[in-house]
Amino acid sequence: MTQINVRVDGVTYSDDVEPRTLLVHYLREQLGKVGTVIGCDTSNCGACTVHLDGAAVKSCTVLAVQADGVEVTTIEGLAPQGSLHPVQKAFHEMHGLQCGYCTPGMIMASVDLLKENPDPSETEVREGIEGNLCRCTGYQNIVRAVQQAAGEMRGSGNGHVSPAEVDTAAAPHVAAQQ
Amino acid sequence: MIPAAFEYARPTTVDEALQAIADGGDDVKVLAGGQSLIPVMRLRLAAPETVVDLARVAELRGVRDDGDAIVIGAMTTHHDVMIDPLVQQYAPLIAEATETVADRQVRARGTFGGALVHADPAGDLPAVALALDAEFVIAGLQGRRTVPAAEFFVDYLTTAVEEGELLVEIRIPKLAGEWGMRYEKFNRVAQAWSIVAVAAVVRRENGRIAEARIGLTNMGSTPLRATAVEAALAGAPASPETIAAAARSAAEGTSPSSDLNAQADYREHLAQVLTRRAVTAAAGL
Amino acid sequence: MTAVEDRPAEAPEREVGKARRRKEDARLITGRTTWTDNMVLPGMLHLAVVRSPVAHGKISSIDVSAAQEAPGVIAVLTGRDVADEQGSIPCAWPVTPDMVNPGHPSIAVDEVNHVGEAVAVIVARSKTAAQDAVELVDVDYDLLPAVLDMEQAVAEGAQLTHDHLESNRSFHFVFDGGEAGTGVDTDQAFADAEVVVSRRFVQQRLIPAFMEPRSVVVQPQGDNYTMWSSTQVPHILRIMLAMVTGVPEHKLRVVAPDVGGGFGGKLQVTPEEVISLLVARRLGKPVKWTETRSESLMTAHHGRDQIQYIDIAADREGNVKGLRCRILADMGAYLRLVSPGVPVLGAFMFNGIYKFPAYRFECDGIFTNKTPTDAYRGAGRPEATFAVERIMDELAVELDMDPLELRRKNWIRAEEFPFTTVAGMTYDSGDYETATQQALELIGYDELREEQRRRRESNDPVQLGIGVSTFTEMCGLAPSRVLGSLSYGAGGWEHAAIRMLPTGKVEVVTGSTPHGQGHETAWSQLVADRLGVPFEDVEVLHGDTSSSPRGLDTYGSRSLVVGGVAVVNAAEKVVAKARRVAAHLLEASEDDLDFSGGTFSVRGTPGSEVSIQEIALATFAAHNFPEGMEPSIDADATFDPENFSFPHGTHLCAMEIDTETGMAKIRKYACVDDVGTIVNPLIVEGQIHGGLAQGIAQAMFEEAVYDADGNLTTGTFVDYLVPSAADLPHFDTGNTVHEAPGNPIGAKGVGEAGTIASTPAVVNAALDAVRHLGVRDIRMPLTPERVWRAIHQGGDGGDRATAGTNAWGGAQTETTAGVSTPQSALGGDQ
Repeated sequence: MTQINVRVDGVTYSDDVEPRTLLVHYLREQLGKVGTVIGCDTSNCGACTVHLDGAAVKSCTVLAVQADGVEVTTIEGLAPQGSLHPVQKAFHEMHGLQCGYCTPGMIMASVDLLKENPDPSETEVREGIEGNLCRCTGYQNIVRAVQQAAGEMRGSGNGHVSPAEVDTAAAPHVAAQQ
Repeated sequence: MIPAAFEYARPTTVDEALQAIADGGDDVKVLAGGQSLIPVMRLRLAAPETVVDLARVAELRGVRDDGDAIVIGAMTTHHDVMIDPLVQQYAPLIAEATETVADRQVRARGTFGGALVHADPAGDLPAVALALDAEFVIAGLQGRRTVPAAEFFVDYLTTAVEEGELLVEIRIPKLAGEWGMRYEKFNRVAQAWSIVAVAAVVRRENGRIAEARIGLTNMGSTPLRATAVEAALAGAPASPETIAAAARSAAEGTSPSSDLNAQADYREHLAQVLTRRAVTAAAGL
Repeated sequence: MTAVEDRPAEAPEREVGKARRRKEDARLITGRTTWTDNMVLPGMLHLAVVRSPVAHGKISSIDVSAAQEAPGVIAVLTGRDVADEQGSIPCAWPVTPDMVNPGHPSIAVDEVNHVGEAVAVIVARSKTAAQDAVELVDVDYDLLPAVLDMEQAVAEGAQLTHDHLESNRSFHFVFDGGEAGTGVDTDQAFADAEVVVSRRFVQQRLIPAFMEPRSVVVQPQGDNYTMWSSTQVPHILRIMLAMVTGVPEHKLRVVAPDVGGGFGGKLQVTPEEVISLLVARRLGKPVKWTETRSESLMTAHHGRDQIQYIDIAADREGNVKGLRCRILADMGAYLRLVSPGVPVLGAFMFNGIYKFPAYRFECDGIFTNKTPTDAYRGAGRPEATFAVERIMDELAVELDMDPLELRRKNWIRAEEFPFTTVAGMTYDSGDYETATQQALELIGYDELREEQRRRRESNDPVQLGIGVSTFTEMCGLAPSRVLGSLSYGAGGWEHAAIRMLPTGKVEVVTGSTPHGQGHETAWSQLVADRLGVPFEDVEVLHGDTSSSPRGLDTYGSRSLVVGGVAVVNAAEKVVAKARRVAAHLLEASEDDLDFSGGTFSVRGTPGSEVSIQEIALATFAAHNFPEGMEPSIDADATFDPENFSFPHGTHLCAMEIDTETGMAKIRKYACVDDVGTIVNPLIVEGQIHGGLAQGIAQAMFEEAVYDADGNLTTGTFVDYLVPSAADLPHFDTGNTVHEAPGNPIGAKGVGEAGTIASTPAVVNAALDAVRHLGVRDIRMPLTPERVWRAIHQGGDGGDRATAGTNAWGGAQTETTAGVSTPQSALGGDQ
């Protein structure tokens, strides 16, 4: 067992872990952070994406011991309780998810992408999330969501949106197409 | 899947790391970025007795200017290599190829040295290092030695780094004169490994190709230089016809494998097409 | 009075048709979802399955002693240990009376028949301990020859998949239009035809590859059991588990919590679900099993895998005269829940949208030593649509006709609906011409054709092709009488219930269990309209056999078309009951009441009104209720459709082919689909997008490849290529709307349309790009190598080498590593 000190979603934890424990298993099983999920064993699907000191990584391909002394952000800590990150909000507004299994990882990867490229083209978004597989959406609405969030973040100075409930009103951009 | 149990060491200096490797028993794996090692351990294709994690060896990170070369620390992540101004100035080919490696999450963790020492024939950076005549600085308990790229890649997943040693840094000679570079990668989906790729580094002089260095990815058990093409191009006029003619010998001396993505003859064909395209672009045509 | 009577009724804004954002999203975008694997119960034990590394062999010995003694291991069970209680994985669809079913033990007892088959299960205190112990189980196999190739499997003297059977054939199913009286004699039609084109098409084996790996948790409570499973079919699972294990149905509760995709892949009763229940029963402890991705790719059922021999007959003017289809359908090693039914569903769709006078379909279900196949998005219909849309293009080439002109000449015209086809289906409504015209405009057809001409003339290394697919499909599984006539083991109805809560809120119970389709949102829209309550006041309950006790779940684009109708019918019953209460409360006759916007009002008496939500409270109190009426306005409904519904559409793909490398790249994709009434355009568009991605992936990327020893080479996402955002194009989508006459919503179903339609459009586009270079066919997926070979060496691109790519030193799954032989470098069928 190795002792690690890690800050996850703003809370500091001190735990003993087996060196072979993957970060994603530590998050899910020891901390109950089950918002982060596992989709493959080969680092292809990106479902487990979290931020380590602000950079998106695949938490199934990081050992928990490697997170010692590191700040981890998961989908559960992306925005304060009761509010949404602009990317979360945009995924909802643009219907960028169906079953939702890839969604936490997809959102975390998108947030990382927008940090580096605040105004990505469609191609740049597609390449920026190449490490995240989605089986439901065909990606088009995810791409729309990331671009929509980018616009909102540029406009509002990158902050979180004010406390927002998940609004279920009709989406005008789609209604207009019909 | 969960890796099999192992002992874990987390040194903070190269010397400590070498000692940890020496103390680690029969089967020691060095953990750099872990983006290949951890999946292999999860699938239990590797079950080392000891894992020596280099994450805290600060001296292995970063890129520095060393006069006639830039020096890339083995633990510099792909992400940091890509955005490094020295790399972009003196070895843009490395940045170009690194950008095609896997995906942004993997590039955030994976390291330049790790990818080279892993020496996967489908990996992109070995052929690039070969084309740039990189030099590999290897540390052991007895001291350091430098191995040229031509001698570094020994066999399938095997390099000149011996048991008990560590790759610490990679020296990329600065190129003098008017050089163009191009990495032509061919794969089926965005995050996949190369089926074949070609790294071309070309020096032009008075409308002629003064020198061409061509590295081939996945055309054998190690990265290869397309020496026949290089010879044909040396001193030749920089024209599409000359390049096309020279590129036809790109597969000479290669021994590619057959797998799901390509059988050997198709790889040989791809090597020719991609060499032509890479050299053409590197020659500025 | 008259002035008041004429007060114009304010038409409430309709929910149906609104692009409502989904209610489901709140939990999904914040990581507050309940996946089965999230579940932790006190004292829960973890399972890991030991799997066969050989495709076919007798188990000569199993030594579990080392595993049993390993730290944290509670028990190790082999097939022998559970032989008396595990029964057989059920097959609910005996498509012919003499269908051969070899039986399917959840854990192999004497013999293994595919790589990945369970041979033992480890029960341990932690997941880690369970996985560690897997390696300690020592199994010896006496190897038997593996049957891997369907055409060889039906040849004289073939090796056997199951050596206790007489052949590798499970069934021979025939539909003959002449015999059925739906068409003329097929052989005669072919004998009389001026032109006959014959082709052999290969529908490669696919893997559904839902993103959430399967997971099961079982909690025993006395003699009751609760199972949480990542399943599409909790209701079917409950019935089948009861029948297989003998746990009485009423002692078993099955819950499908949030489920991360299915695509048919979770329409199953799996060995692992049975095993988990057996272990929980034996040990009296809660257990969990969650698969790894490699396990999932290797052992969750696969899809497609047909060889199709298609003959089409026509006259020189391009009038089709007959269609003959002989199909070999790979069942894999065993029959699972609806394995045999999948190709048989296609039997009624091979004729597509065309007016064939003669049609004959024959299908052999074949056993091979591979993972069983079963439903995968489209299930039978993509295979059929591919065959007919591909052969129509081949006929067009033979006749030197424009492929669209040939289709136009033969398709059912708008004024001919309802139209009974040569396969005996009555197509409900549609207009193929209008959809096609819109699609042509959407993609910019004329400009693309012009560019294609330029590229051909200039001998551009990158050639352009345009592919067409004009498709229909049958949705809304299914009229129970039809299922009965096809010997399916269940009906096709769906159930719904509506509970009016005292505060006026509404609970909708549906038997159709979603896993990404947005039922909670769409059902709320349906109910909001019918009851006149706010969208936000509706909660949809699903996926738990204790709260939604009756249902037949989600597959076959049936949810809205069958399940949604049940919801609407239940709502109508609620309104009828509420009307009686309203009449009582308002002291009026029911006949004098108007119901609009959720409020009953007495015609001609302004201000005399009561809302349905107020009635809910009055019903709860029951102080003042109509004489003789029970104090409830809740209602339920079971809907059994009269007919299938038939969405249709035109899909167009523009494809660039780099003739030097063989790389194919979609330049543009446009489609116009008619799915009937659209309840939520946001969700419909999303379903189309996702369907397109999977259909395109079949055409271009995905294939489950086995080596000569029966190892799945594509055992991880390194080699089984699920496309990413960077690998797929932008889709231009549109709709026409012809309401389905068979249901009160007018919806036709949308879940599978994109998948069914797109695959042939993509392949037709690729062929259109290179046909002038002499290419007649390219096998799917259109790997660059295949395309290059087809261009430069002729043929259809041939088999792929079966060795895995060398990423991570040839990383394959644990059980497939190290058992390849030299001959497995190239396909055994080369």
